[in-house]
Amino acid sequence: MPDAIAEAPHPTDEELHVKHHFATADQQMDADTLGMWTFLITEVLFFGGMFAAYAVYREMYPLAFAATSEFMNVKIGAANTAVLICSSLTMAMAVRAAQLSRKKDLIKYLYGTLAFGSTFLIVKAFEYHAKYVEHLIPGPTFHPDNLAPQFQHNAQILFFLYFCMTGMHAVHMIVGVGLLTFLVINSYRNQYNSNYYTPVEMIGLYWHFVDIVWIFLFPLLYLIGHWHW
Amino acid sequence: MSSEVKEHHHTHIPEVGTLVKVFVALIVGTAITAEVATFDLGEWNVVVALAIACTKATLVAWIFMGVRYTSQLTKLFCVAGLVFLSILLLITFSDYSSRSWTHHAKPWATNPSLGTSK
Repeated sequence: MPDAIAEAPHPTDEELHVKHHFATADQQMDADTLGMWTFLITEVLFFGGMFAAYAVYREMYPLAFAATSEFMNVKIGAANTAVLICSSLTMAMAVRAAQLSRKKDLIKYLYGTLAFGSTFLIVKAFEYHAKYVEHLIPGPTFHPDNLAPQFQHNAQILFFLYFCMTGMHAVHMIVGVGLLTFLVINSYRNQYNSNYYTPVEMIGLYWHFVDIVWIFLFPLLYLIGHWHW
Repeated sequence: MSSEVKEHHHTHIPEVGTLVKVFVALIVGTAITAEVATFDLGEWNVVVALAIACTKATLVAWIFMGVRYTSQLTKLFCVAGLVFLSILLLITFSDYSSRSWTHHAKPWATNPSLGTSK
């Protein structure tokens, strides 16, 4: 019960990093959280537009979309999904470590998140390279082997959506890696403890959101008509 | 300011066990998604895939992102975000799905050079 530790000295507003325009640290935390979620909602709608485009074109050209799933590497996609889920766990553990003022754990878990996030991006880069080698970039150079001629045109729509959606996702991951690096540096400088860990928690929200986007991208892009192959 | 605001501490520190359970559920969900996709369920393939994805996303938001432990107002904003998303999807889909109801039938359905889909 919180009352049991009531004798502990209350942290000052300075220790709690309360800005002058907030009455209490709790009020500030509520405002920060609400602001972050508002930003994330705009992100949901940003990606939502691309998901809507995907759904419309998939409904128009279901067979072309199913045929192109042969060119997606499901094993690598699934492995990368697992890597991203691992990074979400380490991020949640990092927030917990910050809440408990465990600096070593915080840095350890932030590095873990960075490592998983970077692994995802490196694997993604190899996937993009494979698509390039197999002539799967939409445009004049698009001529994959073993694709029925009637699908040559519409298959490019899927690959266009694939590069847009995974590309925007990767951009968000790169931003996330930058934010995590910022957190690591500040953690070494003892910036975060149980009194103040807002940046860790807010960047955590962002990181988990990017994970959620991938949770939808994986089945929708990699597993269409997967049972054919 | 009123003391009742100061009294209300809502920092929730999640249990390691809870986080690990969510992690395991997410990994299992991914495995099921990949496995189910190898069976031909017709129209249901995408339904099952999206149902699992929605469950996973809810788990991430509810526990990892701590929606469960946030204020009522933040929860309301999250729901509002989903409402906005559903408006986006609903209006887009109702547009495209109703286009064939007019006299101008889908050009891609009859013109072979555009690729035949259905």
